[in-house]
Amino acid sequence: MSPARRLLAYMGRYRRSFLIGFACVVTTTTIALTAPWVMKYAIDDLNRGVTAEKVRLYAAVLLGLAVVGGLFRFLMRRIIVGASRDFEYDLRNDFFAALQRQHAGYFQQHRTGDLMSRATNDLSAVRMMIGPAVMYTSSTALTFVIAIVLMLSIDSKLTLIALIPLPFVSVVVRYFGTAIHERFEKIQEQFSEISAVTQESLAGVRVVRAYRQELAEISRFRAANDEYVRRNKALIRLQGAYYPSMGLLMGIGALLVLWLGSREVIAGRMTIGELVAFNTYLMMLGWPMIAFGWVTNLLQRGMASWKRMLEVLDAIPAIADSPTPGSIRDAAAITGAIEFRGLTLAYGDHVVLSDVSATIPAGTTTAIVGPTGSGKSTLLACLPRLADAPPGTVFIDGVDVRDIPLRALRGAIGFVPQEPFLFSTTVAENIAFGVNDRAATVDAVRAVAAVARLDKDVESFPKGFDTMVGERGITLSGGQKQRTAIARALMIDPRILILDDALSAVDTYTEEEILHRLRDVMNQRTSLIVSHRVSTVRDADQILVLVEGRIAERGSHDELVRRGGFYADLYRKQLLEEELAAS
Amino acid sequence: MSGGVIHEEEVLGKAYDSRLMRRLVGYLRPYGRQVTFAIATIVGNSALQLAPPYLTKTVIDHYIPARDLSGLTVIAVLYLTTLVASFAFEYAQTWTMQVTGQRVMFDLRMQVFTHLQRLDLRFYDRNPVGRLMTRVTTDVDVLNELFTSGVVSIFGDVFTLVGIMAVLIWMDWRLAIVAFSVLPLIALITQWFRRNVRDSYRTVRAWIARINAYLQERITGMSTVQLFRREERDFAAFDDIDRAHRDANVQSIFYYAVFYPAVELVSALAASLIIWYGGGRVMADLLTLGSLVAFLQYSQRFFRPISDMSEKFNVLQGAMASSERIFALLDTPVEVKSPEVRRELDTASLVRLKPDTTGGPETTGGPETTGGPDTAGGVIEFENVSFAYVPGEAVLKNVSFRVEPGQRMALVGATGSGKTTIVNLLLRFYDVQEGRITIDGIDIREMDLAELRATFGLVLQDVHLFSGTIAANVRLGHSEIDDAQVRHALESVHAWGFVSQLPGGLSAPVAERGATLSVGQKQLLSFARALAFNPRVLVLDEATSSVDTETEFLIRDALKVVMRGRTTIAIAHRLSTIQDMDRILVLHKGELRETGTHQELLARRGIYHRLYQLQFKERAEALENAS
Repeated sequence: MSPARRLLAYMGRYRRSFLIGFACVVTTTTIALTAPWVMKYAIDDLNRGVTAEKVRLYAAVLLGLAVVGGLFRFLMRRIIVGASRDFEYDLRNDFFAALQRQHAGYFQQHRTGDLMSRATNDLSAVRMMIGPAVMYTSSTALTFVIAIVLMLSIDSKLTLIALIPLPFVSVVVRYFGTAIHERFEKIQEQFSEISAVTQESLAGVRVVRAYRQELAEISRFRAANDEYVRRNKALIRLQGAYYPSMGLLMGIGALLVLWLGSREVIAGRMTIGELVAFNTYLMMLGWPMIAFGWVTNLLQRGMASWKRMLEVLDAIPAIADSPTPGSIRDAAAITGAIEFRGLTLAYGDHVVLSDVSATIPAGTTTAIVGPTGSGKSTLLACLPRLADAPPGTVFIDGVDVRDIPLRALRGAIGFVPQEPFLFSTTVAENIAFGVNDRAATVDAVRAVAAVARLDKDVESFPKGFDTMVGERGITLSGGQKQRTAIARALMIDPRILILDDALSAVDTYTEEEILHRLRDVMNQRTSLIVSHRVSTVRDADQILVLVEGRIAERGSHDELVRRGGFYADLYRKQLLEEELAAS
Repeated sequence: MSGGVIHEEEVLGKAYDSRLMRRLVGYLRPYGRQVTFAIATIVGNSALQLAPPYLTKTVIDHYIPARDLSGLTVIAVLYLTTLVASFAFEYAQTWTMQVTGQRVMFDLRMQVFTHLQRLDLRFYDRNPVGRLMTRVTTDVDVLNELFTSGVVSIFGDVFTLVGIMAVLIWMDWRLAIVAFSVLPLIALITQWFRRNVRDSYRTVRAWIARINAYLQERITGMSTVQLFRREERDFAAFDDIDRAHRDANVQSIFYYAVFYPAVELVSALAASLIIWYGGGRVMADLLTLGSLVAFLQYSQRFFRPISDMSEKFNVLQGAMASSERIFALLDTPVEVKSPEVRRELDTASLVRLKPDTTGGPETTGGPETTGGPDTAGGVIEFENVSFAYVPGEAVLKNVSFRVEPGQRMALVGATGSGKTTIVNLLLRFYDVQEGRITIDGIDIREMDLAELRATFGLVLQDVHLFSGTIAANVRLGHSEIDDAQVRHALESVHAWGFVSQLPGGLSAPVAERGATLSVGQKQLLSFARALAFNPRVLVLDEATSSVDTETEFLIRDALKVVMRGRTTIAIAHRLSTIQDMDRILVLHKGELRETGTHQELLARRGIYHRLYQLQFKERAEALENAS
């Protein structure tokens, strides 16, 4: 289906509102066009001489028309613009729901700023298209047709002459509208640049001061600011001419009517009332001409935006439930035995994992070590399907993870990433993030916080567990963030716990304490731990050494140390460090 | 999650505040000629707006009855002249006023930014960067509307209104009074509209801010949302905000839907009154028909400015709120600044403003060898220093110590013991509250600020990189540090290895916040930066985050290079760094508790011993097992 048809289908939900709205448009426009006609009779009668009653009647009719017209104008705006807000509401919800279905990779390909701009600017452009634009298009078209018919009925030749400037008005609006939009975009770009320079300079205030970069920063800012003014001037040059030129064109129409129309009156082919009414209609036509150019801009922009929104709405989730689910239906059914079977994963030419095979019995602890970029995080991400492995390579309890419903799979896994994301709410709500049952959580939150060694820290917070953590947990230290994330993962009582270098910002003493407490909690569960520290991994049931996507070594700490490979080397270097320290 | 949180930015205050306005107008002073010119064009244009209805009246009353065709042509020419003149006036006015507005905004933005470059770090502690950015960008832009569209069109509107009223009274004062009788109605409607729209605008803005904040956060944290299966609950929460936003909007549609028809109704009422009363006067020959038509046309022009003005009100209100915030920032005094009378150090002994320029790759030595800081002079001394960020919560209590030239000193202590504060005070990010800090006996508060800071090379835990090239991030704004020196510095700290691999090498772009570089690489870059500046004193806040062992070794070695031949004050987290130090200061709860070498302090079995056991226990154990 074409985007336009999709739009119509989407608007179908509000069919009733739009139909009633159109009826109001027709009524109010017709009434508005009747008033000058009444005025024409009034003036002509006054010119000829008339009774006071009749004048009073004209005045009353004018007022009555205005009351009825105003009522329908009110309804028109209320109904059509109201429907556009309903549309906006639904579309925004659908947009959010579509985003929720996308996998992690999607958000790496699409920058947050880009998605945000679709959810705000594009959505607003689409709304403008189906709300105000629809309203003005219909009322404009109607005004245009009726006014021209009425003008023709007064004087056809004068009508044609008076209309000469009008096409120019539309051309001017179209030309300026597009050009102004382009220049405006350029200004917005530069505005972002100014923001970026400011952000950088202010966020790095200590470096700026320590290295005495104040003047350099000011001149960098001045350059951005200069360019901003320059681009603004380019816009003003256009804008300055825009409205006046429209006034000029419309004025020329009025001038022609007054000049040539008066000659018609003198020649007796037209009355003064008709001349005045004619002039009024011409004025009323001016607005449709302006609106026509404006509305085409709205429509163009709206359609472009609608297409951009459809890209998101139509994006097929790369990671979704399998149509042929395996035997596991919910999280409670998972015991936690993991198997990687010849797992090879490549992004384009870049091979991240190659032929990884490993068996992790339920309830055991496996550690993964290896240099940065060796594929450790990718391997872990395959388990909760943050990234997808090829079919038949990753199994939990003997079932391909691709055949386990996402809800069940993720419900069984407590995942702690290296850089945990916290939400700007309280500590307690962050910890209970994955738990639906709100009532029973207070004690549980305390318990998991204790395991993660977060309890002491929370005690020192002004409002304890009800302390807000700020945007992305900004008020917490790196270690506190990681420990909150550990508590959050434990909170869902997972069968499988994954710590992806999740203790890197925690000092070694605390780390050991956490690991110690985890051991009790994780008694019957499977855990996978990535770390750079030998002390963290040495007690694991098995250690996998990942080098350039391959398992280079595997075994227990003692076995690997004896083997004299990468792990033994790592161990030796870390020992050396301590020797240096203790000497 | 719901409830109308209204951000500080959303609060709108008074629409007009004469104190703020006077100050704002002050910014126009340098552009007096342009402003005068713009006002003249506005007045001229308003006068021209009065012409067309009057010309129509003349035609109907004189030339049509007289059948004077040549007279009609004269009128047409006059009409055309006013049109063209009006075009010229309007263009001149828009150009002059808006360009002036841009210049004023430029001045204001520069002033705010420059002030921010001088404001105390204490100010930054209180104000998040996001808020300060709003001052520089959005708030100034809101003001721009005031200078261009807002105020100017109100001027124009007022002139037009006054002009029309004058002409109407002059033509027929009785009919004019009848026509004006609808004005109180207009005033009432406008008042009602303005009040309600302001409130509903505020509510809508608050909700849209909530929507954006929520959306932004959920998009960034979508993986977490999905891992924890929060999709449905999040959707419900989003739906709540979205719905509240829609409802607020529907409410505001109501006000607009009432306002515009109401103004038109009043305009129609005026027309009816003119026909009714004016018609009577025409019949009684007290008024010409042309005047009646002119009255009708003028009355139409009368209402447009009024509905315009009510819209300008929002602009005015927003501008007042913005200017209040901007002025509050500009009025924040700078406390840490260079003294009026500066005492200078013996330049030979310590201060070296310019980095050494003799080094280069073709000569064997780099800055740290040939131009290495000589260590004569430059005694840093803390004398009974006390300090608190928040009054009553002392972070440093009566701390005294002395660092000899060339000495390497480590600061050790638990989080919150005051280590970072010592660095902050030394560089005068903050001023001491009691006691004093001296260099060669001179209180640092008596020294020139730039000169003082030039003494130090600061390396922070959290490396701050600027968008630009690798080279620009090493030399920053000091263009006298040439590429050869930059390269030498990078080589010395083992950063050249990865830099030479980057496409473009030295001129490889660094993304915003160094997003494309690893933590370890960023640290090496910051060492290179410190080295290139060749400071007399290295001030180091070591990073705590663990990196892989390879990088760890590189960093350790680079540190040695940077420290060579310099006085060093380091907040140390690595055993290896502590090991290399001449002296260790142990801070505990803001007090200096122990000093000595690593071995001496261990032997003393005090706080350092405990800290050592806590932090490095695992390593010590591993060592025991190995031996």
